[in-house]
Amino acid sequence: MTYNRRAFLKTSAAFGATSALAPGLWTRAARADEKIDVGVLFSLTGGLSIVEQSLADATLMAIAEINEAGGVLGKMINPIVEDGASDTRTFNERATKLVVRDQVPTVFGCYTSASRKAVLPVFEQRNNMLFYPTYYEGFECSKNVVYTGAVPNQQLSNYIPWIINTLGKKKFFIVGSNYIYPREMAKVSKILIEQNGGEWVADEYLELGHSEWGAMVSRIRSSGCDVVLSNVVGDSVIAFYREFRNQGLSHETLPICATVTSEIEIAAMGPEAAAGSYTSFPYFQAIDTDANNSFIERYRRFVNNPEAVTQHAMECSYFQVYLWKQAVEQAGEATPDAIREGIKGQSFDAPNGRVTIDPENLHCYLTPRIARWGSDGQGEIIDEYPEPIRPLPYVAYGETEDDLFCTGAGLDSSRL
Amino acid sequence: MFETLFIGLSLTSVLLLIALGLSITYGAMGVINMAHGELVMIGAYTAVLSGIYLGFNIFAAIPLAFLTAALLGLLIERVVIRKLYGRIIDTLLATWGVAIILQQLIRLEFGMTFFGIRIQGLGPGLQQMRVPSYLMQPYEFAGIMIQPYRTFIILVTILLTVLTWFLMYRTSIGVQVRAIMRNPQMAAACGIDVRRVSAMTFAYGSGLAGIAGVLLAGFRTVMPEMGANVVVDGFLVVVVGGVGSLLGTVLSAGLLGQLNGIVSVVYNDIIARAVVFAVVIGIILWRPNGLFSFKSR
Repeated sequence: MTYNRRAFLKTSAAFGATSALAPGLWTRAARADEKIDVGVLFSLTGGLSIVEQSLADATLMAIAEINEAGGVLGKMINPIVEDGASDTRTFNERATKLVVRDQVPTVFGCYTSASRKAVLPVFEQRNNMLFYPTYYEGFECSKNVVYTGAVPNQQLSNYIPWIINTLGKKKFFIVGSNYIYPREMAKVSKILIEQNGGEWVADEYLELGHSEWGAMVSRIRSSGCDVVLSNVVGDSVIAFYREFRNQGLSHETLPICATVTSEIEIAAMGPEAAAGSYTSFPYFQAIDTDANNSFIERYRRFVNNPEAVTQHAMECSYFQVYLWKQAVEQAGEATPDAIREGIKGQSFDAPNGRVTIDPENLHCYLTPRIARWGSDGQGEIIDEYPEPIRPLPYVAYGETEDDLFCTGAGLDSSRL
Repeated sequence: MFETLFIGLSLTSVLLLIALGLSITYGAMGVINMAHGELVMIGAYTAVLSGIYLGFNIFAAIPLAFLTAALLGLLIERVVIRKLYGRIIDTLLATWGVAIILQQLIRLEFGMTFFGIRIQGLGPGLQQMRVPSYLMQPYEFAGIMIQPYRTFIILVTILLTVLTWFLMYRTSIGVQVRAIMRNPQMAAACGIDVRRVSAMTFAYGSGLAGIAGVLLAGFRTVMPEMGANVVVDGFLVVVVGGVGSLLGTVLSAGLLGQLNGIVSVVYNDIIARAVVFAVVIGIILWRPNGLFSFKSR
């Protein structure tokens, strides 16, 4: 049977009345049995499309691979791709369309925290599931989102002690773009710096997209710090590293230790400006394992670009589809409630290593790694946690592994 | 102290570089050219592409970017702006449209992405222009650290300002341009070919934007959206300086650049930005026509 969208709309229209009246009760009868529809929601146009297109590609690649291997529960996965157009309102509209009209049981998507916050009410009110692949600032505990990217403790808890103990640097200059993610990262960093006997001399912010770094780098130079912790994101990163070099600062004596500078920015700034600096991420293109090399090769073939670069959020976009597949198979059906139960404790061998969904907060166990950038634009992995560590979205507020704020029962907001 | 002043001077030179072309097109011709930032962007991409395909370094890229942007400016003048002289709001809308078209041309690799063809150096991503290492490595001179790239920008800006001054005030074409600025009808009545001179002026202003693009490419990010931020700064300088006044443009770039530099070193960049805008608003309230403006008849 050929099954296209028109036919699907007809079938779903027949059941539309019931499901519209009771949006929480997701009726399985509303769909044909051959395919499972899922939503894929990233910005394919607009300013954020550079990154988000690659996340959409990675998601679609995982779906194609699963379908080739026989699908889920004997059914093909049918991705319904929507464009968030780098605009939070569009994200909300498209998410509503996917959840209400297409009645998908899961949407894979969103890159920025702003877009996630914009779609969150849709998933919570309609009791649907969002799989979110980006490293983010934490401070969220939704039963309707599976977070597969790193939270601050997974980027910083090995990083700060390593900077202090291995690099021997004790005076931090913290610099970031002026919005929630860098500010939360700075908060966690300060806790860790103080715990490990270091100190921070400044905590500075510049607006997003800022490209004139003369004054800031000059302040860094005269601040007496011996390491720079950078939470700068996007295209400002390039201007920052270049100015750093132009003012004669060297990563040998005063390294930039970054949390978000990825392969993409390094390629654009010219690798010589970053050579010798560090970044902490659970995934790097440079991870030299068969699983990762094969992943890179398959991705390059999939997007038909032999030089395509892979990075952390993209890898999460890829493996979270596999985690979803395992959850559906374990639950035996593809409904949001079944997927939420099925995903708890689910493990998968991703390109970066073993990943596991925490049964309490639905975040992902990941292995923190530190890379030193070489003059060829690739990172060399010089430190790696022995095992994946537990995600703690509220670590900035005192959450620890033995004392979770966000559990299966929901957020204990009296602790904040 | 010297370093703070140097940062201010460097900011000044970047502002002036952008505003110089704009003050000519806006001042001389009454065209609000929203595509000015995109001409800067085209200049930057000329440097990136000529570096990849022709092996040009930054010095060779400067004249090439001037030519590319000037020709493009001439084309825009011929096709769009010529029909809109004297309709200032219409020029704003039309050139904004041109700006979007130029951005998309770069983003869609001149439309080649539809055919699955990739052109290295174009597309929605971030690009880089290589800067020779002797322009990047700072050196000490009499206890002061000299940054060669910033110094280079300052020198080029001074050179271009002097050149523009010479063209406007010491050549016969400059006299014609200034006559058109004052009163185009009277200038035409005196036998000046207003259309031709206007077209040349617009091309020259666009070419200056192209050069600004090359120099910005050396320390900022090259991407299709880079022009949008640039054009706001340019208009700030021109409006504060007074429309059509070269001296006003130079002084207002100096004022805003130093102000931005000093406040951003002492406090931080975000406050500096706010202070600059506050001062701009104050100046416009105090002198609606800018610091230096001639009486128009």
